[in-house]
Amino acid sequence: MTTAVKVDRVALVVLALLALVPFQSLFYDLFLMKVFCFAIFAMSLNLLLGYAGLLSFGHAAFFGAAAYVTSHVIKEWQLSTEISILLGVAVATALGYIFGSLAIRRQGIYFAMITLALAQIIDFMANQLPFTNGEDGIQGVPRGMLFGLIDLSDSTPMYYFSLVVFALAFFFVKRVVYSPFGQVLKSIRENEPRAISLGYDVDRYKRLAFTLSAGLAGLAGALKCLVLQLASLTDVHWHTSGEVVLMTILGGIGTLWGPVAGAAIVVNLNNYLANFGGWSTIILGFIFVICVLAFRRGIVGEIAHRFNIKL
Amino acid sequence: MFELLGITPQALGAQLLIGLINGSFYALLSLGLAVIFGLLNVINFTHGAQYMLGAMFTWIGLTQLGYWLDIEDGLEVGYFVMLFVAPLLVGLLSIGMEKTMLKRLYHLDHLYGLLLTFGCALVIEGMFRHWYGVLGDSYPVPELLDGGLRVSGLYLPYYRLWVLAVALLMCFLTWYVIERTKLGSLLRAGTENPKLLQSFGVNVPLIVTLTYGAGCALAAFAGVLAAPIYQVTAIMGSNLIIVVFAVVVIGGMGSIAGSIITGLGLGVIEGLTKVFYPEASSVSIFVIMVLVLLLKPAGLFGKVR
Repeated sequence: MTTAVKVDRVALVVLALLALVPFQSLFYDLFLMKVFCFAIFAMSLNLLLGYAGLLSFGHAAFFGAAAYVTSHVIKEWQLSTEISILLGVAVATALGYIFGSLAIRRQGIYFAMITLALAQIIDFMANQLPFTNGEDGIQGVPRGMLFGLIDLSDSTPMYYFSLVVFALAFFFVKRVVYSPFGQVLKSIRENEPRAISLGYDVDRYKRLAFTLSAGLAGLAGALKCLVLQLASLTDVHWHTSGEVVLMTILGGIGTLWGPVAGAAIVVNLNNYLANFGGWSTIILGFIFVICVLAFRRGIVGEIAHRFNIKL
Repeated sequence: MFELLGITPQALGAQLLIGLINGSFYALLSLGLAVIFGLLNVINFTHGAQYMLGAMFTWIGLTQLGYWLDIEDGLEVGYFVMLFVAPLLVGLLSIGMEKTMLKRLYHLDHLYGLLLTFGCALVIEGMFRHWYGVLGDSYPVPELLDGGLRVSGLYLPYYRLWVLAVALLMCFLTWYVIERTKLGSLLRAGTENPKLLQSFGVNVPLIVTLTYGAGCALAAFAGVLAAPIYQVTAIMGSNLIIVVFAVVVIGGMGSIAGSIITGLGLGVIEGLTKVFYPEASSVSIFVIMVLVLLLKPAGLFGKVR
C-alpha cells in the first residue's frame, strides 16, 4: 500500500539526533539554539533568493524589528511567550508587505538596493525610538511562560521549544516550496516574461513570497531575542543582512538544508573567530569571495549535485 | 523671516555649505558607481572601501611612510601629491581585482558581481580595521588651503571651498569625457551593445577593465578630498556607501548629469534637514527614495532598461 504522505527520512533523522542533544555534553545546547534562529533566518532568505530569485539585502530589518517588538512586549507587558512571538512575527510580516510592495517595482540589482535602503530606515528607527534603548538595546529579556504553563527560563525546555519552532519553520518552507505557489515562484525566477505571458500575476506572487519570507525572518528574530535574551542594534545593521546572505550562499541556494548548514558553519565560525578581533570580518569576506567565484552551489548544493539527490 | 523659522542665517548658510560638500561627495561616488554599472552591469559594493583606501593612503603617505621604510627624519608625501598617487594606486589595485575575479562573473546573473564586491569590501575593511582600529585618525588640512573666508558673519573654510570646486570640476570633466569625447562615445557604445562594438574591432574587455579602474580611482579621489574633513577610519566608507546607493536609486542610473545633480541636490536637502530636525537628516534621503519609488520608479533621470 502506498501512502499519500511522503516521509522525509533525512529530516526525521536530523530532528531525532537534535532531540538527543540535551543528553550529551559535546554540543552546547545554547549554541545550537542560536544556530536554529539563524537557520530559520537563512531559510527565509533562501525562500526569496533560491526559489523566487530575488536578492534582499535588507532582511535584517525584519529580523531586528521582530526581535525588538518581542523583547519589548514580553519584558514590559509581560505577555506569554507564544503571544510575544506572534506579535513580533506580525510586525515583521506587515513590514514585509509594505517593503515588498515598494521593492518589486524594480528588478534585479535595484531591488536589492531598495531593500537595503528600506532596511536603513528601520535601522534609523531602532536608533531613535525610545523603547529600543538605542546603543544598550533591550537586555535581560525574560523567556516567559509558554502557553502560561511551561517555564522557559531553564535551558532544556527552551531547547525543545526552539527545536519545535525550527522543525515547524522547516516544514513550512518545504510545504511552500513544493506547492503550486512554489512552482510558480520557480518559474518566475527562471523566466519571468514567460510566466507573465502564461497569465500569472507576477507581482502578486513576488509580493506574497516577500511577505512570507519577512514573516519567517521575524520568527527567527523573535526566537533569537528569547534564546539570547537580548535585542540590540546589531540585529538591524546591514552587516547582519550581509551575513545571512553569506549563510544562504555558503550552504546552498535553492536547497532546503543549505541554509541550515550555512547557518551552522557561520555561527560556528563567528564563535571561533570572536577571540581574534578583526579577523572574523576578513575571513567571512574571504569565504564570500571564494563562494561566489568557485562554489556557487554551496556546500549542500554541491553534495546534492554530486550524489544526484534532492536536499 | 529667519527669526520666524527659528534659525539664524549663519546656521542656515553653514549647513548649506556642509550640505553642498556632502552632496559633492555623493555626486562623485554615485558618478563612479553609475559609470561602472553602465558598462559592467555590476554594482561595485567595494566603492566605499575604495573611498576609504584613498583617504587611508593619503594618511599613510603623510604619517606612516617614514616609520615603514625606517627613515630617520620620516618621509612625508604631501596632500597634493596624494591627490594623484592615491587614485592611481587604488585604480591599479581595482584593475587587478577586476582581471582576477570580477571578469569571471560577467556571464552570470549580475547579483554575483554585487556579492563578490561585497565580499571584497568586507576583506578590505576588515584588514584596515584590524591594523588601525575603528577610532580613526585625523588628517591635517594642507597649509596652502588653511584658513577661511569671512563673509557677513559666515566663516567659509578655504579647504571646503576647494573641495567643492575640485569635486565639481572632476564631475564636469567626467561628464565631458563621457559625453563629448571619442573615448566616451566608445564607452557609451559599449554600454548599449558590447558585442556589436567588439565586432567593430574595439577592444571591449580592455575598455571595461579601464573603466572599472577609472570608476574606483574616482572613489579614491573622493577619499583623498575627504581625509582632512572627516576622520580617517576603516569604516568611513561603509556607512557612506549605503547612502550613495539610495542616491543612485533616486537618480536612476540613466545619465551622468543626472547622478551629479541628484547627488548635489540630496546633499543639500540632507543639510537643510539637519537645521530643522537633526536626527532625521541621515534618514531623509531614504524617505525621499521611497517617495521617488512611488511616483517615478525608474528614478528621477532614469531610463527604464
